[in-house]
Amino acid sequence: MSQITPEVIASHGIKPDEYTKILEILGRAPNLTELGIFSVMWSEHCSYKSSKKWLKTLPTKAPWVICGPGENAGVIDIGDGQAIIFKMESHNHPSFIEPYQGAATGVGGILRDVFTMGARPIANMNALRFGDPSHPKTRHLVAGVIAGIGGYGNCVGVPTVGGETNFHASYNGNILVNAMTVGLADKDKIFYSAAAGIGNPVVYVGSKTGRDGIHGATMASAEFSEDSEEKRPTVQVGDPFTEKLLIEACLELMNTDAIVAIQDMGAAGLTSSSFEMASKGGLGIEMDLDAVPMREEGMSAYEIMLSESQERMLMVIKPGREDLARSVFEKWELDFAIVGTLTDSGRMVLKRHGEVVADLPIDPLALASPEYDRPWVAPAKQPVIEAKDVPAHCPADALKQLLACPDLASRRWIWQQYDHMVMGDTVQRPGGDAAVVRIHGTEKAVAITTDVTPRYVLADPYEGGRQAVAEAYRNLSAVGALPLAVTDNLNFGNPEKPEIMGQIVESIRGMGQACRELDFPVVSGNVSLYNETQGNAILPTPAIGGVGLMDDVSKSATVAFKQAGSAIVLIGETKGWLGSSLYLRELCGREEGAPPPVALHRERRAGELVRQLIGDGQILACHDVSDGGLLVAVAEMAMASDARIGAQLDAPSTLPLHAWCFGEDQGRYVLEVFEDDLVSVLEEAQNHDTTARVIGKTGGHVISVGGRAVPIDELVDANEGWMPAFMGSEMAQH
Amino acid sequence: MKAAVIVFPGSNCDRDVAVALEASLGTKPLMVWHRDTQLPDLDLIVVPGGFSYGDYLRCGAMAAHSPIMREVKAKADAGTRVLGICNGFQILTESGLLPGVLMRNRNLKFICKDVFLRVENDRTDFCRYYRSGDVVRFPIAHAEGNYFVEPHAFREMEDNGQIAFRYCDRNGRVSDASNPNGSLSGVAGVYNAKKTVLGLMPHPERLAEDLLGGSDGKLMFDSLVEALS
Repeated sequence: MSQITPEVIASHGIKPDEYTKILEILGRAPNLTELGIFSVMWSEHCSYKSSKKWLKTLPTKAPWVICGPGENAGVIDIGDGQAIIFKMESHNHPSFIEPYQGAATGVGGILRDVFTMGARPIANMNALRFGDPSHPKTRHLVAGVIAGIGGYGNCVGVPTVGGETNFHASYNGNILVNAMTVGLADKDKIFYSAAAGIGNPVVYVGSKTGRDGIHGATMASAEFSEDSEEKRPTVQVGDPFTEKLLIEACLELMNTDAIVAIQDMGAAGLTSSSFEMASKGGLGIEMDLDAVPMREEGMSAYEIMLSESQERMLMVIKPGREDLARSVFEKWELDFAIVGTLTDSGRMVLKRHGEVVADLPIDPLALASPEYDRPWVAPAKQPVIEAKDVPAHCPADALKQLLACPDLASRRWIWQQYDHMVMGDTVQRPGGDAAVVRIHGTEKAVAITTDVTPRYVLADPYEGGRQAVAEAYRNLSAVGALPLAVTDNLNFGNPEKPEIMGQIVESIRGMGQACRELDFPVVSGNVSLYNETQGNAILPTPAIGGVGLMDDVSKSATVAFKQAGSAIVLIGETKGWLGSSLYLRELCGREEGAPPPVALHRERRAGELVRQLIGDGQILACHDVSDGGLLVAVAEMAMASDARIGAQLDAPSTLPLHAWCFGEDQGRYVLEVFEDDLVSVLEEAQNHDTTARVIGKTGGHVISVGGRAVPIDELVDANEGWMPAFMGSEMAQH
Repeated sequence: MKAAVIVFPGSNCDRDVAVALEASLGTKPLMVWHRDTQLPDLDLIVVPGGFSYGDYLRCGAMAAHSPIMREVKAKADAGTRVLGICNGFQILTESGLLPGVLMRNRNLKFICKDVFLRVENDRTDFCRYYRSGDVVRFPIAHAEGNYFVEPHAFREMEDNGQIAFRYCDRNGRVSDASNPNGSLSGVAGVYNAKKTVLGLMPHPERLAEDLLGGSDGKLMFDSLVEALS
């Protein structure tokens, strides 16, 4: 057994004070296997030691929340005895090192978090951030990540229905790959991870254990340096076919009464799954590692416990149900092995070749992981930028330029590589405000969106946190869905730096406030810190995955203009806010200024109004106003219409034209309203105490404003052209 | 009409096609597991889309040698209608039930989108509700749909009316620009010599309901029900 030297301790990412705590807990020095187990259990990735204190402040309850954070995924009630189970999780570090496998296994991991709880996955989403398009690695990373997400999801047969993608130089050395899965379960058939029943068998199912991914969780908890390439062996390799078998086998067994508890083996593999199940059940486990199905010979206890081989699950089975369980996994040609027994000792006892190789108390490891109250400073407030201090460009030219910029260009090149229709329930495909997926066999649907505007969060983490939640709320409302709950994926730099910690603290405060005021609780989430390379941190990126519900899917609203001669109505107030806007960045080369503030009470009223109008069938099309402002939103509605229906807009004289067109004021929607319904729509807005203004008419095949006009065909070419040209392929056809 | 859907462990469009069949037929099709060796009396066998056995090497190559495919071949030889969609088409070519091969798409990427197809032969049990020359919209979702067959075999297939569908634009024009994957002559689907077996890469079951964006695909299932009931 190797000597435990300060170097060995440091190479496991364990700080000297943490090692002192280990000595206290054990009353002796750990052996190497035990040290390895401590290191993954106490890694930032598994323990949330820097963020725990602040995550506790997020609202997590509502009458429809069945299970909040703490389990594999969050669970909400959607009526009729059904539940939606969902979560978003990062796979940032591995995806940078090996983009295809990193992204693929990210999808595999989040799928397992959801079907572990008894849900059949019905939709995948993602939130991706890449570096500057001109950075030499960006194209390679984009190609690999998109192919990896598609390669996994397409094979498993779960539709990837949407997401978001941004480019910014701050992600040059740390891309973000956040994957989200939404699943459907019967409310009375939800499975949890707490072990129960002393003497019950602990069962391992799925793929064999290999030497891949050892110390992935530890890697994901440190900054990148120049030698990150050498960490390639810590990246796992995905096998989506086995995942498909695992989904079917688990769901089949879940239809019997055999399973007491179940937990997937994700980060830190067998270690975290076994400790978590034992800790939640207040029990101990005795495990014989010789029984673990292994891919390679001669694996040590250390390697078995720390392997992050994919597509594996750990279960506690009812006594007498072993044969039934075995037959199901044999049908699906998956490994099945009884590897241990539950004990009342509260200890994890591991044996290899007949000898005890680790004997650790469970709760001190699982529960007493360090919790830090790291010092933080709130960033200085940025000045509000007045429209008169921002140059006015021709609106038509500016519109075209914005629609072709990397952050607004069409993502068709991406989502055409994802099977977004398999399972036959995708009612709104990628490209709209939110994906709409029917609940199979019913008239109900879930709407799903992922949102955050990192440049706002950088400029003001508190406002940016509020805005991310509000935008998710808005996107769900824009298709007609009632927003129910969110999952969050908090991506930041090194929390040991007070200014980064300040971003974390302030954005969580903002998110929490918005979630509370919008009745939109957080039910699951994931934190990814240390997204820095050579001291350069990413833009703070707390991604929000929002889920909403529709009772009648046939009523969902879409973005596309439907006919000429309709009124275009703008909901919400426009002040022409240009600080931290895309206009300011793309046309003026300035990344600065206070971001647009969110008025949550108005946000809520506007959402209620829009949902009611959609439910009553009073509008023809609906689109929220976000990046790029009003003119971009209107252009997107025109570009989405098959007939390329245009719009004539009447700008008010009270605001500078460029501020009206491109200001990113929050809480706004653009509606297309049939002339005959206009009076009642405006009345309804008044009843909701919400500003609504007719700003123009649909018709023609151009967007015209302020005496300038631009053909929609030109806008489509600009918008569709960027990504295929960047990735060096033929233009995506539509 | 009695219909069955073959289920491989990696099939993932089995439910989708069962839903579409049931909507046209009124009853659920029989779902048959890949390890079964016997099929009852049937009018239609569907080999659905997906990734039959993971398909990491050559799509459909392993499935072609599965226990159930021996029985499917026997039934097909006896005249039972067989429809292979996407991975099902790949399996039928690998099994020798249909001529030709399906190679990687020419852009080497998975492509999922709606395409327009021109109906090339309406005098079959699969297409009696279409008219030759009709333009229909079905989705594709594949990485290996680039159809190829030897030139002399292709000429025979054309002469024999074995080309079922070609990729085209919305006006029915077949050109390189309307060809999503590089298929020979824009071929999207082919029949066997007797027109009792159809394989196609596009998914009729995915646009068989207006709520999902269109119902051109429903006519194929309606045709089969009409012809085989």
